[in-house]
Amino acid sequence: MPVQLYRIDDRLIHGQVVVGWGQPLNIRLIVLVDDDVACCDWEQDLYRMGVPPDMELKFTDVATAVHEHATYAKDPRPSIILTSNVATMRALLAGVGPVDHVNVGGIHHRPGRVQKLRYVFLSPDEERELRELIAGGVKVTAQDVPGARAVPLDEVLGVAPKAERSA
Amino acid sequence: MSAVEQITGFGNVFIPLSNSDLSGEGIEDRIRDRATEFGIKVFFTDLPAGSATIAVRRMMRDTTGIILVTGANLATLLEFVFRDEESPGDAARHAVEKGKIALAAQGDG
Repeated sequence: MPVQLYRIDDRLIHGQVVVGWGQPLNIRLIVLVDDDVACCDWEQDLYRMGVPPDMELKFTDVATAVHEHATYAKDPRPSIILTSNVATMRALLAGVGPVDHVNVGGIHHRPGRVQKLRYVFLSPDEERELRELIAGGVKVTAQDVPGARAVPLDEVLGVAPKAERSA
Repeated sequence: MSAVEQITGFGNVFIPLSNSDLSGEGIEDRIRDRATEFGIKVFFTDLPAGSATIAVRRMMRDTTGIILVTGANLATLLEFVFRDEESPGDAARHAVEKGKIALAAQGDG
């Protein structure tokens, strides 16, 4: 089964992911892609405590995720691939090729970031990386929870989607 | 908090904390700041998977004497308020038991 959701969320495992998206999509596998978490047992235990027993949580670094991505995509369980930042998602997609859709679920305030939406703050580098994803044909939308409107990032960033540019 | 205040008049026992629009790191910073400012020993959170729960667990890694209660409901908070002569840990554990008992589905629909 194709991965149900590619999500960028700096909170990683939390209610919106596990319950908000997890329940309506019947998610049974979350692949958390993060080089720091992948090498820290304590961090992994922390996140594992927040996931129900019928949901598997895998931790992997970017290089391994690229290598194993086909396995995730073939897994019969509905799944989410989750990164905490734009750079990690971009590195993953650079390795596996573009996907149809990336969900920006939460990138919160930090010095150097500018607010774009209530839950989306971007640094110039992050904005550039998202523009590059969009330019590569990936539909990028901001949507924290399933009941909210999916806001196309090209609207927020003022980028024409690929199909429109080539028309 | 307002319900605790309306029912008991002791709503000020609790310090409300919103995690809205904060990163995980931001939530943890806010919780640590409030804990230091008010001497908080017991934290009540909603979801076991929630970002506030994760943040408190991070704090528990380097801070001793912290009690975390997840899945808190109104009955839990009310019971805690009235156990002010017990240690924070005992009061929290008794409050958890009361919160569990309060959960019920009623009706024949």
